[in-house]
Amino acid sequence: MENQDKQYEPGTHPDMPPPASEVGVYGWVYHNFASSPMNIILTIIAIFIIYITVPPLLSWTIFNAQWTGDTREACKDVTGACWPFINTWRKVIMYYQYPDDQLWRVNLPLGILAVGIAALVIPKVPFKGFITLFMLIGFPVISYFLFVGGSFGLEVIETPKWGGLYLTLVIAIVGIVTSLPIGIVLALGRRSNMPVIKACSVGFIELWRGVPLITVLFMASVMFPLFMPEGVNFDKLLRALVGVSLFSAAYMAEVVRGGLQAIPKGQYEGAMALGLNFPKMMYFIIMPQALKLVIPGIVNTFIGLFKDTTLVLIIGLFDFLGAIQLAGTNPKWLGYNVEGYVFAAFIYWCFCFSMSRYSQHLEKKLHTGH
Amino acid sequence: MSEAQAKQSKMSVAETTMIEMKNVHKWYGSFHVLKDINLTVNHGERIVVCGPSGSGKSTLIRCINRLEEHQKGQIIVEGTELTNDLKKIEVIRREVGMVFQHFNLFPHLSILENLVLAPIWVRKIPRADAEETAMKYLERVKIPEQAQKYPGQLSGGQQQRVAIARSLCMNPKVMLFDEPTSALDPEMIKEVLDVMIELAEEGMTMICVTHEMGFAKTVANRVIFMDGGEIIEQNEPHEFFENPQHERTQLFLSQILAH
Repeated sequence: MENQDKQYEPGTHPDMPPPASEVGVYGWVYHNFASSPMNIILTIIAIFIIYITVPPLLSWTIFNAQWTGDTREACKDVTGACWPFINTWRKVIMYYQYPDDQLWRVNLPLGILAVGIAALVIPKVPFKGFITLFMLIGFPVISYFLFVGGSFGLEVIETPKWGGLYLTLVIAIVGIVTSLPIGIVLALGRRSNMPVIKACSVGFIELWRGVPLITVLFMASVMFPLFMPEGVNFDKLLRALVGVSLFSAAYMAEVVRGGLQAIPKGQYEGAMALGLNFPKMMYFIIMPQALKLVIPGIVNTFIGLFKDTTLVLIIGLFDFLGAIQLAGTNPKWLGYNVEGYVFAAFIYWCFCFSMSRYSQHLEKKLHTGH
Repeated sequence: MSEAQAKQSKMSVAETTMIEMKNVHKWYGSFHVLKDINLTVNHGERIVVCGPSGSGKSTLIRCINRLEEHQKGQIIVEGTELTNDLKKIEVIRREVGMVFQHFNLFPHLSILENLVLAPIWVRKIPRADAEETAMKYLERVKIPEQAQKYPGQLSGGQQQRVAIARSLCMNPKVMLFDEPTSALDPEMIKEVLDVMIELAEEGMTMICVTHEMGFAKTVANRVIFMDGGEIIEQNEPHEFFENPQHERTQLFLSQILAH
């Protein structure tokens, strides 16, 4: 009180601590939950909603759930979820019909993938350049030979036997890794001064964006073979992969174009005035800034793509969700679909949330104070 | 061929012409922005271009490194004529430094990276040498301690000094300044002008579009007045300011020197 009333000579006023309502636990609670009558009402409503939804959910999924056993009889007297359903069908959910004795051919690349991603995500790990190069070139080649077989004495595993979470990851990762570069090229094409290139890019983007993914997949699996000469046959999974990649590339192109449009003309001029040619200007100056700006949009597209992979079910590929549904139709386990869907939702959420968190981390890391 | 080259180099030494613009015209759509520009800049000359806004002065200097394309006439920089040939444009841009009104630093790169990028990737100078040169120029513009910061963390005056250093790192033969102090707070204008004056004293060929008449009086050996896309009048600074010939020049000078 004395402090507030004290008069200072001009130019000698010291910095003072803020009032109590601005700092500390009290300030935080006050500002976030109770700063106005409306805020107080909303806080109470929110607490009520949490109260009526969260406890039942927890009791069904955790406290009243059956966790052990390998038959449905284990779940006879249980009011909550019956997790033995997932446990019993884990092989199908993970790998579908991939032969049991060959599962290492799936597990090894998945292991490498996990280690590779961890190495790239954790800031302290050195040799990021080499790891990136390996993951983009070496890893796909190794995975291809292991997955498909037919060389190095490995038996051939036809793609109709692929499935489960494994297939979901294959489609999602191939889609993610190919759609970004194709999207960048399309975005640059759409902004090109050359009319032919521009028209082709616009045509491609609008065509693929204008049709539903289901249509694309149907075209790839049913129509495409009709146009092929007799005897020429592409693998169904390969056709689906190409369809999914090009479909997301069209979306990606528009996201990247949004970023390119946000870069001021001065950046181009600054780069050109220094003598940088077009590829160098794009690589060093424009693209890093444009892509950084649209990280949320890029990750949004990735997440959408990841979840859209479930649509391959309609062309007869049993991805993660498809495999769970298949398990639910087994006569011995009828009626446990809810557990399957909740589990599927949880796994999809984990993947998508991880991508989202990593993108936020990336945004912070790349922020340079402008 | 060799004879022609010998003659060429002899001529350029004899006349020491750096930039030559002959009957240059430019249109933006149907708007005739540059009209019959004839301008010769010699080595070591320091030229200030002034004039009302929209008079085409920025466009004029932006034509010299082909940020704008002229539609008629000839622009020859160090014996190379500017055409649609991308190779020639790159050659000329390497030799012509440019400083912009809004700095145009690359915000995603540190100050040091801003400075070494072009020397490494355009001039193919080894990184260590490029960094050494960069630090030398940062010291010259008096902000070596900012090397690891990002442009967004610097004041406007500091950013513009970095931009000047960035151009100098390419070791240009001529520097173009496009209203380098127009976007700065008043107290930062001096620190940028000081750097430019120092540069002029070292004999750098400079063409400056600026409204800083004090700067023009101190360092320019020629002042050019443009209006409506034409060069109305040019003279050495003392004569230009004391005894302007054309009435539009007189009007312009009375307006900017009135307060």
